[in-house]
Order: sequence, then C-alpha cells, then structure tokens
Amino acid sequence: MTALSELMDYDEVIEKFDPVLGLEVHVELHTNTKMFCGCANVFGGEPNTNTCPTCLGMPGALPVVNATAIESAIRIGLALNCEIAEWCRFARKNYFYPDMPKNFQTSQYDEPIAFNGWLDVTLDDGEILRVEIERAHMEEDTGKSLHVGGATGRIHGAEHSLLDYNRAGVPLIEIVTKMVPGTGRRAPEVARAYVTALRDLLKALDVSDVRMDQGSLRCDANVSLSPKTTGELGTRTETKNVNSLRSVERAVRFEMTRQAAVLESGGKVIQETRHFDESSGSTSSGRTKETAEDYRYFPEPDLVPIAPSREWVEELRGTLPELPWERRKRIQQEWNLTDEALRDLVNAGAMDLIAATVDAGAKPDEARSWWVSYLTQQANTRGVELADLPITPAQVAQVITLVNSGSLTNKMAREVVTGVLEGEGEPDEVVEKRGLKVVSDDSALEAAVDEALAAQPDVAQKIRDGKVQAAGAIVGAVMKATKGQADAARVREIVIARCS
Amino acid sequence: MIRQTAAELAAKIHRGETTSVEVTQAHLDRIAETDGKLNAFLHVDTEGALAQARKVDEDVAAGRTPASPLAGVPLALKDVLTQEGIPTTAGSKILEGWRPPYDATVTRKLKEAGIVILGKTNMDEFAMGSSTENSAYGPTANPWDLTRIPGGSGGGSSAALAAHQAPLAIGTDTGGSIRQPGAVTGTVGVKPTYGTVSRYGLIAFSSSLDQAGPCARTVLDAALLHEVIGGYDPMDSTSINAPLPPVVAATREGAQGDLSGVRVGVVTQFSGEGYQPGVLRSFEAAVSQLKELGAEIVEISCPSFDYALPAYYLIAPSEASSNLARFDAMRYGLRVGDDGNRSTEEVMSLTREAGFGPEVKRRIMIGTYALSAGYYDAYYGSAQKVRTLITREFEQAFTKVDVLVSPTTPTTAFKIGERTNDPVAMYKADLCTIPSNLAGNCGLSVPSGLSDEDGMPVGLQIMAPALQDHRMYRVAAAYEAARGPIGGASL
Ligand SMILES: [Zn+2]
Repeated sequence: MTALSELMDYDEVIEKFDPVLGLEVHVELHTNTKMFCGCANVFGGEPNTNTCPTCLGMPGALPVVNATAIESAIRIGLALNCEIAEWCRFARKNYFYPDMPKNFQTSQYDEPIAFNGWLDVTLDDGEILRVEIERAHMEEDTGKSLHVGGATGRIHGAEHSLLDYNRAGVPLIEIVTKMVPGTGRRAPEVARAYVTALRDLLKALDVSDVRMDQGSLRCDANVSLSPKTTGELGTRTETKNVNSLRSVERAVRFEMTRQAAVLESGGKVIQETRHFDESSGSTSSGRTKETAEDYRYFPEPDLVPIAPSREWVEELRGTLPELPWERRKRIQQEWNLTDEALRDLVNAGAMDLIAATVDAGAKPDEARSWWVSYLTQQANTRGVELADLPITPAQVAQVITLVNSGSLTNKMAREVVTGVLEGEGEPDEVVEKRGLKVVSDDSALEAAVDEALAAQPDVAQKIRDGKVQAAGAIVGAVMKATKGQADAARVREIVIARCS
Repeated sequence: MIRQTAAELAAKIHRGETTSVEVTQAHLDRIAETDGKLNAFLHVDTEGALAQARKVDEDVAAGRTPASPLAGVPLALKDVLTQEGIPTTAGSKILEGWRPPYDATVTRKLKEAGIVILGKTNMDEFAMGSSTENSAYGPTANPWDLTRIPGGSGGGSSAALAAHQAPLAIGTDTGGSIRQPGAVTGTVGVKPTYGTVSRYGLIAFSSSLDQAGPCARTVLDAALLHEVIGGYDPMDSTSINAPLPPVVAATREGAQGDLSGVRVGVVTQFSGEGYQPGVLRSFEAAVSQLKELGAEIVEISCPSFDYALPAYYLIAPSEASSNLARFDAMRYGLRVGDDGNRSTEEVMSLTREAGFGPEVKRRIMIGTYALSAGYYDAYYGSAQKVRTLITREFEQAFTKVDVLVSPTTPTTAFKIGERTNDPVAMYKADLCTIPSNLAGNCGLSVPSGLSDEDGMPVGLQIMAPALQDHRMYRVAAAYEAARGPIGGASL
C-alpha cells in the first residue's frame, strides 16, 4: 500500500506533468450462447453447469464462431466510427492459467474486426472531447477461480482453489483507445466520461448488460506522466479491477499522484499491472513479471477467417439505433430544455429513465418531476444510483396515469411508489394492498357528508347561510372519515350542494 | 471368415448368410489370439462391439434396410478419436484413465452406419511419430515381421488390418500417419481432402494438417468407409460445405481396368538418395502397370517439395505446442504431485513432465521456440510461405496431370529400435506424404507388392487435388485389380 505521504499534491502534479491516458474496456456480449459453443451465456448459475466439451477445452473439441457475436462486434465498430475489416482472423494467445481451459485464449491479434474510430465524450461542463479508438476486437472470456482460505482471496496463501467455467467462452469485445494526451487536470474526469459514454453507447446498441458491478463491463486504465520540462512520454502502468465509473476516476487520479511522487523522488515508474482497491482508493502492484510475457500469438487454425461482405456491413449500419448523443439532442429539443437542464439530467443519470417513462405514456414534465424529485430523494436515501432503484419507468408511468385519471392523489401516488420500491409488487397491487383509492363514489361521499353535517349542525347552518368558507371544517371531517382517500375538491362540491 | 473384405462380409450379413455377431466374435477371437504379439489395441470393447452387432442383426432379421453398406462390419478405431465412455488416450500417459463424455463426429457416423467398433488402436503419442514406438503403451509390431515397425502414427490400425484383426480401421494423417503405415503393412490408407472428414473429437496434434481417413485391405472397402465418415460437419469450422467426392463410384469405375485418358505425373523429387532400391523398383513396376492400363505418364518436377519436411517440422510442432497446452491436470487425465502443498503451477509442470514422452516434449519445445517473439517470422512465418509455395506447385502440376504418384515412403518397414535415437531419420519416413498435408490435398497409399530385398510391403502413393479424391480412388482401383494379390502377412 502506498502511504499518503508518497503521493504528490494534485495541483503540483498538474503543474509539473502532463498525464497521458489509454483505456481498454472489455465488454461481455449478452448473446444467448457463448462465443464458440452452444452453452447458455448467463450470469451466475451453479458452478460448471453451463459448460460443454468445447468451453471446457476437452481433447478433440472444436470452436464454432457465434454469428451474433460477430454481428455485435461489427455494430459496435460502426457505432464507434471504426473501419470494419474486410478480412480478419482469430489468433491464439498462449499462456498457462487454470481458469483458461485450453491454456490459450482465442482472441484477435494483429487483425481486429474494427479499427480507427472515435467516440465523442461529453464532459461534466458539457464540453465535448473526441477520444480516438484504436481497435475493437473479439475474444472469449476466461472462467473464474475462487481461492479458498488465506486472507486476501488471492491465490497466494489460499488453501485450495475452485474453478468455475461457466464464464469460460463468454463473448468479449475489447475496445482500446489510442493514447489520450492533453487532458491535464481533467484526465480522471475524461476517463470516467469516456467509460460512461461507451457504456451508454453499448446499452443503446443492446449488445451487453454493461454492468460494471457484475463484470460485464470492465475497464483497465493505462496512465503515464510526461514531464512538462522534457515532454518525453513516461512509463505507463495498467490498473485493473476498476469496478465502477467513480473508481475509474479515482484510480486515474491516484496513479497520477503516485507516479508523480515516484518521479519527483528520482525514481522510475515500473511498467506493471496494478490493482485498484475500492475501499482505500489506492492501487497496488500486481505480480511483477521479470520479463514481458510472450503470448506466442499465431492464427487460430481451428477457425476460418471472417470476411464480412460490405453489403452485410451496410445492412448492419442500418440497424444502428439512435445513438445516445443524437438522442440527447432530439430530447433536448422535444422537451425544450436548456443546455444546463439537459446536462443535469444526464449527469444525474435521469435522462434515459425519463425518456423511457415518456415512452411508456407519461408526459415529459410529469416524468421529469418524478425522477428528479421524489425518486432522486429515494435513491439518495438508499445510497444507490437512480437507475438501480427497484422501479421501472413503466411502473412510474402507470402511477402517473392513475393520478391523471383521478384514482390517486399526489400524496397517495408517492405512497404507491414507495410500496413498489419496497417490493410490494406492481402499482395496482400496491394500491390494492395498501387500500389506496380515491373514494369517488358520490353516494358514499354524500353519506359521509350528511353524517358530518349532522354531527356539526352549527357549521352546517353557517354554510346554508352563505358562509361558504365554513365548508372547510366539513370537508376536513369527511377526509378524516375516509382516511384521506376522497378527492377533497369533490367533497367540497357535495358539501355546498347539500347546503344550498 | 476374417480373410474376407468388408464389402463381402457386409453383403453376407445383409443377406442373412452370417450374422454381425458371428463376424464380430471371429475378429474378437483373432484379437485375443494375436494381440499379445502385436499390441495393436490399447482397449478392446468386447461388450460394446457385440451389443452393436446384435442391433444390426436385429435390423436384418426384421427385414429393415441396413443403416449403411457396411452395417455389421467390425472396425478398429485409432485411439486419437473420442468415443463416449471408452478410454481414449492418444497413446499418452497424460490421458490415462480419461473416458470422453462425447463422441467424435467420425465415431458418431460409424455408430449411425451400424459399424461395429471393436476397440481403440495403438499409436505414437499424440500422433507424433512414424513407427508407433512413441506410444506410452509400448510399440506395435508389424504382422509381416514382428521385429519391424508397423509405421506410424497409426501403426495399431494398419497392423490390425494386416493381421486380420479387423477388416476396417480409422486412422488420422497429419504428415503421413495413415499412408505410411498402410504402405509398410501392405494395406490401403487414405488421407482425404482436408476439411472433408470432420475433426470434431479428433484429439488435435496439428489442427491445420490433421485429417481422419479410412484404412482397409482393399480400395473398395476404403471407399465405402470414406463415404460413411466423410461430409460437412457444422461442429468443425474448417469442414468444407460441399458434396463429398464420389469415391465409391470412382472405385467401381476404376476396377473396370481402363485408365485411358488419365494423365499420371511422376514426382521427380521423390527418388534417388535415401530411397531403398527395392522400393524404387516396386514403384517403377507400378508406373509401368499404370501405363499398361492406358494412363499417360508424365514426369513432374516440384522443387519446393524439398522444403516440405522442414516446413512441416515447424508448423506441426508450433500448432502442437498450443494444442497440447490444455493437458494441465486441472480438468481431466493425469495429475501428479498434488499433495496439498504444491502450487498449481508446480502440479501442472510435474504432470506434464511425467505425462508426456520425449518426442512430444521435443516437439512442444520446437513449437514454443518457433512461435516466440523475434523468431516467429523466421520460423513459423517462413514455413507458412513454403506451404503457400507447395500449394501453388501442386496447382500447377495438376494443370498438367490428373494425379501425381510416388512411393508412399522411401523405405520398407525398418526394425523396431533402429531409428529411435535419430529423430531426423525417423522424420524422413514422411518425406513423400507431407506435401499433400501442407497443401490440404488428398493422398492414398495402395500396396504395390513386396520389396525384392526384404520381402516387405511397398506402397504406391497417388495424390490428387483438393475435392478430387475420386480421381485417386479410380487409379488405385484400376491398379489394384491389375496388380493382383500381394500375399498376406505371416502372422
Ligand atoms: Zn460450452
């Protein structure tokens, strides 16, 4: 662990160095089946249940490429403004590791399916930065090792290890940026914004669950520092195990301050893999390799080259959905938002939720009001992201409909939403269970009004005498009697009708 | 009964003149009687074979059409193809005790065709060798002379045929492992066009070269078996989605004995130094015979074939070094040194040390080196260029001729132990067969009689372009008919 005293003050870092970023993102595709076999591609599941001879690396078993994965890879490439290879191959990346059944990973090496693209990234202040994409290539995921015993959960010190190959062979797309220089102070923010933009893009393409917490989106952050005095490129480190958007930002910032301190003290940054620790916000050295690993890449002889026809590529281009930035622009116009208002919605992660609520039938203003006020409050109380609240835009839209039809008051609607958040079921069910219903049956209300008038004859008389403001007391009594489920305005009308 | 061909046996079974159980039992008896001397089988599946035979007999008794023209005929399966529940070792200690959970596509097709699988045959470990001496389970002897090798890597399959333990066998050919054993045991061996017989379930040695194929004592039996095991398989991405060449029809046509209009090219590179004079004399006689049958004989020079052997010994070990990485003690097979204290890496290393034989280790090391950064272009890269060159030279040759011929292997079967300390001498046994593997073409070895020096069988190799397998069957069948019987093994 690096002590705080070994870090350089951030302002000083920026004064003395230019940070250079490089980001490698691995995305698990949510195809029905794995990359090279027919096993189900699902997260979780009893260990080693979604396996077959191929993904277990049994002798004699062979891979067959999942056509949907290639399709997804091409669509991702197109959405990232990449060129799509006319001809490319898979390659074997050879190294021994127990969670890799064949002891080689079927990947792509010097012939990626997509290359030379870019992604426009919106920063917190609305500024747009173009990040250049070097390549996007296909590969397969590894299994998982579970190290039992020992303090760290890492292989060293463990008593024994268990292997689960359910994830082995899950399709992955690795997206690699070119070097991103010149971001200065904003480097950590750029890193976060890039991963956010990429996540939103992949979500819009509907190719992945993009859940960083479940590992379906993983980011490795490469950071190096170039001294302002010389302008020479520095040695980079690669930080892994960055499991949230916030961690991307923190990890980059930490590495900058750590590397700066090393360089300042006359030391050298070691080219290595580092692990990010969520709780301390620091990175620590992974296993240092004395020599660079030689993966002995060569073209995968068990697979034939992929040569997507230009017609097919164009056909796939036609399937690209409205991309997040295009959508943002359209929504801004449709909802008549200022740049600032839009940015706040985007930053709060509310825009997609509001849009989905609108798609489910609500009006933009109503949808927006729910998500930015009551639901944001709920998310804050629960300490979760807005999107992770256990309520869907469709459910919010249902509640809004109930309010508009007069079945629920605003206060009751909030109670329904709370019920949904607490897992009581669909809005209808919550209404039922909690007995939340505007009493709109006039005869029932009339009876209640008559009862209240009889109980307070002096007030009744005042109303009959034309002192309409006295009706409030009767309305209050009726509301109390109906446990707030009556529509107060309607009650008032009845009271006045009865007394005239 | 065991002297009969598969076609004859099948006809008799289908006509009800004998039963598959009877035929199967006769071969099981023959195995029991002779295999102590031969060591052709690593595993004999008596019960499974008889059960399969009974099924065929039930079909015949019930008047149902046989599942295939070879239904009911027994077969020996090279131990490099998986068979569900049956021990499969690829001749290696590292897979000792492994029972595959699935059938190779070839195995499945054999079962569906009603062919009776007698058991798994011996082979050089992971098909690396030309003598079956590299098997972890001891060498197989040549039925013609028990002091000699039966060829390799599929020595078990060819020895089983020559010794009449089985009328049919399956081999796999990466650099000659079907054809060279065929030649030195006086049997027929065919390496089909790459991609026409599925590799699914074939334990990989060199993925871009491996090809399963039929082994038999006659060309017709090989052709019948070829049509059972061949065809497109979606489980093998390198499988060719095209109709299988009509090899049975071509064989029947060839057996008429007329080769007029067929242009036969004699590869000039495959003679001279290193070739046993008796082998060359047998080859020349065979070429004369083809001429008599009406073929036009042309000399063809393919200079790049001289580089086939070195290119092969870079490409095959490179792919093997990667293919064999999966044998790491984690999921199946041997595990050595797992005492609860050793690390995973140590257990992997100890297992591979104990589980692989010297030739396998040699090739893993060569391959690992050839693929290393800084050496890749010089070794693997250059070898691939040679491969392209050889493919082009084949293409050019096949514009001038329909088939190419050569001796299958430069010498007759050598003595057991004679070349074990000289790997390069051993490698030279595949000199004539390797080019077809590198080009992905087809090749066939048919017996051309016995060498006048040592009385051991000699093979005539016939090569054809990819997907033209029928051409070589036609020539082989015509030649076989004209040649007449070559006699049988002494065992
Ligand atoms: Zn699988």
